[in-house]
Amino acid sequence: MTITTLRRQLLAGETTPAAILGKLAGEISARDGQTGAYLSHNLESALAEAANADLSLPLGGIPIAIKDNINVLGQPCTCGSKFLENFISPYDATVIRKLRAAGAIPFGRMNQDEFAMGSSTENSALQTTRNPHDPARIPGGSSGGSAAAVADLTAIAALGSDTGGSIRQPASHCGVVGLKPSYGRVSRYGLVAFASSLDQIGPLAQSVEDAALILQAIAGGDPLDSTCLDAPVPDYLSGLNDGVKGLKLGIPKEYFGEGIDPGVRKNVEAAIQKLAAQGAEIVEISLPHTEHAVATYYVIAPAEASSNLSRFDGIRYGHRAANPADILDLYKKSREEGFGPEVKRRIILGTYVLSSGYYDAYYSRAQKVRTLIRRDFENAFQQVDAILSPVAPSPARKIGGFSDDPLHEYLSDIFTLAANLAGIPGISIPCGRTDFDGGKNLPVGLQILAPHLGEAKLLQIAKAAEA
Amino acid sequence: MSHSHIDVRYVANLARLELTDEEVATFQPQLEAILSHVEALSKLDVSGIEPTAHAGAVFGKMRDDTPHESLSQAAMLQNAPDQAQGQIRVPKVVTDA
Repeated sequence: MTITTLRRQLLAGETTPAAILGKLAGEISARDGQTGAYLSHNLESALAEAANADLSLPLGGIPIAIKDNINVLGQPCTCGSKFLENFISPYDATVIRKLRAAGAIPFGRMNQDEFAMGSSTENSALQTTRNPHDPARIPGGSSGGSAAAVADLTAIAALGSDTGGSIRQPASHCGVVGLKPSYGRVSRYGLVAFASSLDQIGPLAQSVEDAALILQAIAGGDPLDSTCLDAPVPDYLSGLNDGVKGLKLGIPKEYFGEGIDPGVRKNVEAAIQKLAAQGAEIVEISLPHTEHAVATYYVIAPAEASSNLSRFDGIRYGHRAANPADILDLYKKSREEGFGPEVKRRIILGTYVLSSGYYDAYYSRAQKVRTLIRRDFENAFQQVDAILSPVAPSPARKIGGFSDDPLHEYLSDIFTLAANLAGIPGISIPCGRTDFDGGKNLPVGLQILAPHLGEAKLLQIAKAAEA
Repeated sequence: MSHSHIDVRYVANLARLELTDEEVATFQPQLEAILSHVEALSKLDVSGIEPTAHAGAVFGKMRDDTPHESLSQAAMLQNAPDQAQGQIRVPKVVTDA
């Protein structure tokens, strides 16, 4: 059931926050043994919060599942890593504080790729998460637990984080709505940092309206995050049903080339036609530097990750290796034992591109290409109100498909990561089903991209496409 | 931009990662495949292009310097792997003279 429906029932006295939590706990017991979306949940503390829920607030009494890299006071925050397997958060992230202020109840710690590095949730060191539409398949990632739980109806809605597509791609693979807000729209205080110039927190939900409700609650300035913008937060709900009549929607020709699964293409094209039938003008556009987006991203993101993850040294929190010979040995062994292969790969890659003699050739050059990619979008938004594309080149693949070929996996991020490089908002909404690689009826997502801080229009278009 | 070879063991040491021989053998070709993909960036003309470090960067944003409550010592120590006398304990790092 959606937040909108549950809120109506709560206000009509037809249900209670405790009853909603109790029902969720039952669904989790019934199905999450197979899906594996939840790393943990604390029903007792959630019920205590439910007893005091203020139903007059916009999210009053609504449980929200939280990706396991966002700190909630007194709860685990493993980031899907052995390094933080026993970590307990000493404080609430700003988004959690804001959710609570809107009446919501944080409930559940959702599985993810380790430190959000990956697009399958297979890089979690703690648990396998399966796609509720086909348990042989990945849920996508890195916010795979959040997406799978919303699809499996073991969560009403969830928070995820998106550094290169980590909200939108699992939303697409699981057939739910996933929104990455503009860079700076939502505070990251209390989000465990992966790549600080790219990371954003956003909602995964059963409807566009639910995503708008959550964004409304978590958006806005924060004195504790200097990258968070003080720009006024508009009303994301008032124009939600304004439709697309007269809007210009761009189709980037570079996003519809070879390599897209025919079922994905067919469904995305049908969604575009649906918007055209509602009065949108469809315009072909060009984002000429698209082919360089993956290379740019896989220099910048690992570089920032190698710096951010240097804090995991085995001293103040997290895993510490036993019996080190000296302090250097303690650092090296703790990190060796605590991190999984993808995290090590990216730390090494990032350290390499930042190292003396390679910095200009890789990191500095990638930052300049990032400017070109950003300009592509600025130019495009001179012509159109928003951009439409697939979210991923294919539906969810089978678990275990690409474990030895990280580059192949990285290339599948092509449609989502440019939005992070450019800092613009993007949303994935379900736009149909297709058969793929032996799988039946797998969800396909439509991606909509809008200019920086253009979330209101983005949601308005998404609502029209959803209808 | 000429990579051709990455000394995985050397870079891992810079990053304070131990790595087993098996990991070095696995990562070597994977990292070289990624770097050869990245090599395409060297063909682009970026002369005169300003680098982007942050999309929509905010500069010089300062909050008021007012005292406020911070986390307690107990909260800060609760996740420490080893502690004594209200402090985090680490192996001896200086040797006797």
